[in-house]
Amino acid sequence: MLEVRELRHSYGDIDVLVVDALRVDDGAFVSIVGPSGCGKSTLLRIIAGLVAPTAGTIHIDDAPLPTTPGFAGFMPQHDRLLPWRTVRENAVLAADIDGVDRSVSSARADALFERFGLSGFEDAWPRALSGGMRQRVALLRTFLAERDLLLLDEPFGALDAITRRRMHGWLQEVLEADPRSVVFVTHDVDEALVLSDHVFVMSERPGRIVGAIEVPEPRPRPPGIVTSAEFVERKAQVLALLESSDG
Amino acid sequence: MSRVRSLVAPVGVTVALVALWQLVVQGAHVHPWMLPAPSSVASSGWESRSSIMTNAVTTIEEAVAGLVIGSFAGVALAFVISLVPVVRRAVWPLVVTSQTIPVIVLAPLVAVWFGYGITPKVVLVALTAFFPVTVATVAGLAGADPELIELVRSFGASSSQVLRTVRIPAALEHIVAGVRIAAAYAVGSAVIGEYVGGTSGLGIFIDQAHRSYRTDSMLAGVAVIAISSIVLFGLVGVIGRRLTPWRDNPTPENRLIGIDT
Ligand SMILES: Nc1ncnc2c1ncn2[C@@H]1O[C@H](COP(=O)(O)OP(=O)(O)O)[C@@H](O)[C@H]1O
Ligand SMILES: [Mg+2]
Repeated sequence: MLEVRELRHSYGDIDVLVVDALRVDDGAFVSIVGPSGCGKSTLLRIIAGLVAPTAGTIHIDDAPLPTTPGFAGFMPQHDRLLPWRTVRENAVLAADIDGVDRSVSSARADALFERFGLSGFEDAWPRALSGGMRQRVALLRTFLAERDLLLLDEPFGALDAITRRRMHGWLQEVLEADPRSVVFVTHDVDEALVLSDHVFVMSERPGRIVGAIEVPEPRPRPPGIVTSAEFVERKAQVLALLESSDG
Repeated sequence: MSRVRSLVAPVGVTVALVALWQLVVQGAHVHPWMLPAPSSVASSGWESRSSIMTNAVTTIEEAVAGLVIGSFAGVALAFVISLVPVVRRAVWPLVVTSQTIPVIVLAPLVAVWFGYGITPKVVLVALTAFFPVTVATVAGLAGADPELIELVRSFGASSSQVLRTVRIPAALEHIVAGVRIAAAYAVGSAVIGEYVGGTSGLGIFIDQAHRSYRTDSMLAGVAVIAISSIVLFGLVGVIGRRLTPWRDNPTPENRLIGIDT
């Protein structure tokens, strides 16, 4: 269980983040939606251990988060594939850093290429891939990091609507086979509601959590869920929260 | 096909210029000592082909040895400069200052210290090669994408792992570019070294031709210098692309003129 307590962050004089409490249960999928610039990426980078917060603490099962990064599987906003590594070499990056033998990590990666829709591209250079494929390589890299907690920053932000919907189905499938705790940042309300157990809504900068919506339907959920009455009702709630937090 | 087509323009221009040169020399009756016709440059080069060959081998050996030594030294120095800030502050001004000394002045000094064999030429080439390589490597190591560095750090990478997974591969294409610049000057520096004194090399060949008023032989030597430089430059480019296979291949046009993107 991940717990954020009394977190504050400022860049210089600018307050960016004011999060009093945020909890992610083991195996839960939590989304954070909020307007651009409200501090979502900053929050993830703090949880990832890349940025020290101005104040506040993050606890994992009641113990403070280690002070060095490496605890979580972080997928930043852009795919950030290393251009000098093939798809397979990018996928095993975290294992390389952990000192895992290449033969072991490559075998683990090879078992997943098909599920991630990358078979046949294992030895390709990143420049040869489409945006959607690069995104999947980045996601595979995050999964293969074998961390219990995944931090995904707008992983599908750069994709068109059709590819994005396909990726939703596919991400749920992957998580069903290999469950993890996920903190998922997006500004797409539909996406958040389809994928998450809880959706937290953030205000304009400085980002504070202005409400949380629970989505009780069991995961994985069919894409058709977006037209159900409950879903539409929840979407209206989220939009109202986003609206009310203006200024 | 496009490779062949990309050759048309440069070959055409060269042929046209040489033809013009031939016509002007013949038509205006220029004294061959002032400017020999390209045909006599070619025939004099052909007559002394075995001498040119022997001398070219010496010069190319000096250039390649100096380039290799200078490049390794340049990369090594760049790593020390990049990783140890104290060294950077202490050494960088000296490195830059060393480049203000013209090769032509350096050559006799190097000869005083290393004699008149192949060593002073190699040293001279290495001294001119290391600077562009050092500058390029330092820039490459410092210029690695901070987002990529943050990514590997997020997985818990230590600074030596950041160096291995991001900084060094990112620097590699800069290093290749630096060595290419050095390669373009390497043969020229070797020739300057030979001019100061020696027994073999294209510099010696040209100097002897000069003393015997054989401008045609001098120009033949110059042509061999130019060709050797271009071949060396191209060779470094080919090796560089092998070392950085993830990069886009240059278009045939750019490859021809040595632009590696
Ligand atoms: N390294 C930084 N230095 C200064 N300001 C920053 C830095 N990173 C982000 N910011 C600012 O903090 C705010 C929140 O940024 P970010 O967390 O990226 O927001 P979001 O991901 O919600 O769009 C923005 O106003 C941004 O300009
Ligand atoms: Mg962001």
